[in-house]
Amino acid sequence: MKYETVIGLEVHVELATESKIFCSCSAKFGAEQNDHVCPACCGMPGMLPIVNKRVVDLGMTAGMMLNCDINRTTTFDKKSYYYPDLPGSYQTTQWFAPICVNGKVKINTSKGEKFVRIKQIHMEEDAGKLVHDDWTDTSLVDYNRTSVPLIEIVSQPDLSSAEEVLAYLERLRDLLRFAKVSDCRFEQGSMRCDVNLSIRPEGSDKLGVRTEMKNMNSLSAIERAIDYEVARHIDALENHTEELVQETRRWDDVKGKSYSMRTKETAGDYRYFPDPNVMPVVIDDEWFDSIRASLPEFPEVKKAKYTEELGLSEYDADQLTQSRAYCDCFEAALAESGMAKESANWIISDCAKALNRRQETADMLKINGKALGQLIKLVSEDKVGRANAKKILDAMFEEDIDPLAYAEKNGFIVSNDTGAIEAIVKAVVEADPKSVADFKGGKEKALMALFGKCMKELKGNCNPQVLREILIDQINKA
Amino acid sequence: MNLYIDKKDSAAAKNVVVDDMILTKDLTTTAGSKMLEGYKSLFAAEVADKLEGAGYTVTGKANVGELAIDLAGETSYFGATELEGKLTNAASVIVKNEDVCGAVVFEVNGANMRSAALCDLILVKPTYGTVSRFGTIPGACSGDTVCVMAKTTGAAHELLDAVAGYDCKDGTMHADEKCALLKSGAEFAPVKKVAVANSLCDTADPAKVEAFKTFLAKAGVEAVEVDADILTSASAAWTALMCAELCNNVSRYDGVKYGYRTKNYKNIDELYTNSRTEAFGMLLKTAILYGSDALSTGNYEKVYDKGLRVRRVISEYFASLFAEYDAVLMPVTSKDEYTMADIEADRYISFKENRFTSPAMITGLPAVVVGGVQLVGKAFSENALLDLAEKFEKEGK
Repeated sequence: MKYETVIGLEVHVELATESKIFCSCSAKFGAEQNDHVCPACCGMPGMLPIVNKRVVDLGMTAGMMLNCDINRTTTFDKKSYYYPDLPGSYQTTQWFAPICVNGKVKINTSKGEKFVRIKQIHMEEDAGKLVHDDWTDTSLVDYNRTSVPLIEIVSQPDLSSAEEVLAYLERLRDLLRFAKVSDCRFEQGSMRCDVNLSIRPEGSDKLGVRTEMKNMNSLSAIERAIDYEVARHIDALENHTEELVQETRRWDDVKGKSYSMRTKETAGDYRYFPDPNVMPVVIDDEWFDSIRASLPEFPEVKKAKYTEELGLSEYDADQLTQSRAYCDCFEAALAESGMAKESANWIISDCAKALNRRQETADMLKINGKALGQLIKLVSEDKVGRANAKKILDAMFEEDIDPLAYAEKNGFIVSNDTGAIEAIVKAVVEADPKSVADFKGGKEKALMALFGKCMKELKGNCNPQVLREILIDQINKA
Repeated sequence: MNLYIDKKDSAAAKNVVVDDMILTKDLTTTAGSKMLEGYKSLFAAEVADKLEGAGYTVTGKANVGELAIDLAGETSYFGATELEGKLTNAASVIVKNEDVCGAVVFEVNGANMRSAALCDLILVKPTYGTVSRFGTIPGACSGDTVCVMAKTTGAAHELLDAVAGYDCKDGTMHADEKCALLKSGAEFAPVKKVAVANSLCDTADPAKVEAFKTFLAKAGVEAVEVDADILTSASAAWTALMCAELCNNVSRYDGVKYGYRTKNYKNIDELYTNSRTEAFGMLLKTAILYGSDALSTGNYEKVYDKGLRVRRVISEYFASLFAEYDAVLMPVTSKDEYTMADIEADRYISFKENRFTSPAMITGLPAVVVGGVQLVGKAFSENALLDLAEKFEKEGK
């Protein structure tokens, strides 16, 4: 029999806010354990939650990027369960009136275009992290992540293969990064995914027994886990190797197997109820419109504009639109310099290399785009040599500088004083009669050696064409 | 008898005590529970800071029933409190007998209102959201209210002036200009017409309500009897909402980070279960069970959600009364005294006697206890209620 796979995803995304969802602790990743904690996010009695408005901003932004309806009155609810990583023994989430509902996302796969429906997006707080120490057989709690804001994006069961799941996740990641909702890093846990999967005979409209794999945190692991689960389900149905039950399973990526975690019989009752300490959040027109106005163009809209209006190549446009930071920098540099191709090259090539050296990703480009435009102009106007311009770019990665002032201060301005250039070239030529003789004897390489020495003496501040002419002239005179 | 959970000496002129549900930095806070025996908070309640700011010195923590949900303090792990053989909260005994300006108390289920009525003290339960709950041990957050208790209306109003006011650390507060309506000197419309809630008077000793009606007649305030049948639903509804919120709020006491931890455990589940089994009292355990059940799948609509709906119906009923009347007169207790024998006869007596206090608790409306009865008013009408209470103080006795 032929089977089809039915998959729905719950994707958790940590929001890119400075502070936590209900207190003013930092929400940044990577601090020392329990550095970002206060009585509120430790669940101490007497602290009350105050909603971080930025969380609602980003929740709305995510919903708009994913074509959702926004609930103009959205409420927070308490979800109770006991676990040591949850200091108050409840999580504040959205159960009754989530911020976004009824969205859709377009994905492209080898089978063509498809829409995946979004059931809802809700805002909630993250739990802490348990650190297990096998040596002392203890578990320690790190509350840094407690109350870090999350959105959970719940899809309808519209996905039917690992390929579609990956396309959907990549699309979510691109859109949310583009709108600066989250950095969506699987490896740091800022994007995590629960996979709900069942199979059924092809064409059937009845859903099969569903299993859920929680907290998947890499795209390749998700792909392997889905392939494994589909095979396991089919095997169970065809060969009766086991009876499928609705359950939560854990994926072990090293062993390449999934394991049963808990079955429905032991699952807790979360006892949701509206949190009386958080007033309903009412989104008025002004707030709604300001978020709508702040949305970026979709990456593909920008790409079309870059190729059709600005004449960039497909490749260049693809490279730029992989990152919102690239696009912002490019557009600012272009506005200043008027040179699209040059602006693109500086970002795709020079900035990318600099980021690489700094072990940073394309999303982390923070240099001032306007200043980059000024630098491009300085190069194109022959005021600064290309090698020196790269040094200026490096300085721009360290601090926000004015390229011209920096060039002047560091002696990077191209000299137009031909007399002075001639004097330096003459001295170089006189000091190296062997190279001069070699060149005159037909060795082209000797000229390059002399040229290099001259450029070094001139600290790079000379138009190469001008220098070449003066050098040949001086050699001929020698 | 254990009136104080913790206290300090003070030579200051203006001394107050606060309920042991209110966090203080230098004094311990136990909520009347073994679970929090010796607990010292990292921070103080906003009202404690406001009191100090207004020149008061908090000299002690008044013993309370465990999580303040009982009849009149009898469930405290640190012992019940009495005045002349009658059960009553520690705060009311202290205000009655000691040289303090009054007490700032925490109301969850009417224990302080009852105690004030039994001891013939003044208590103001202000409009929900006009006094910060920041730094109070959460009981049932949708009704929890910081109240003031004193011998006279004047002293009570002074305390109210000190503690009322906007606080950005409590997300359910009204704006400061609304909170200012409560304070002495703010303009108000005096009470001219009072509704008497018959449905509640029917199940109480009529003497105190009758005495107050006599005063109203003398004072030229019209009193009209209304059936107010719907108000008898407040008790069941508030008990359900309160227990549901309470079971969630006390789930933080798990023996992991602070508070009581059992010595008797082999794994995390036993740590949770045994710590709570050993440290919580019977009434609180009952409330936890009832509250969990009220929120459970299948019962949520039947119990908790129904409670929310009753809350709305009662609020609407009060609104309809306030279209015609300035205040509603009702009893606070069914009789003049309670003893341990009453508790032994019915362990859940507080979930029944709360029928008089639950209308104000569930709606968040202001109430003033005076002469052993209460006046419930529209939101922000504390000044009018206190004005009438002051007249009773002068002329009614």
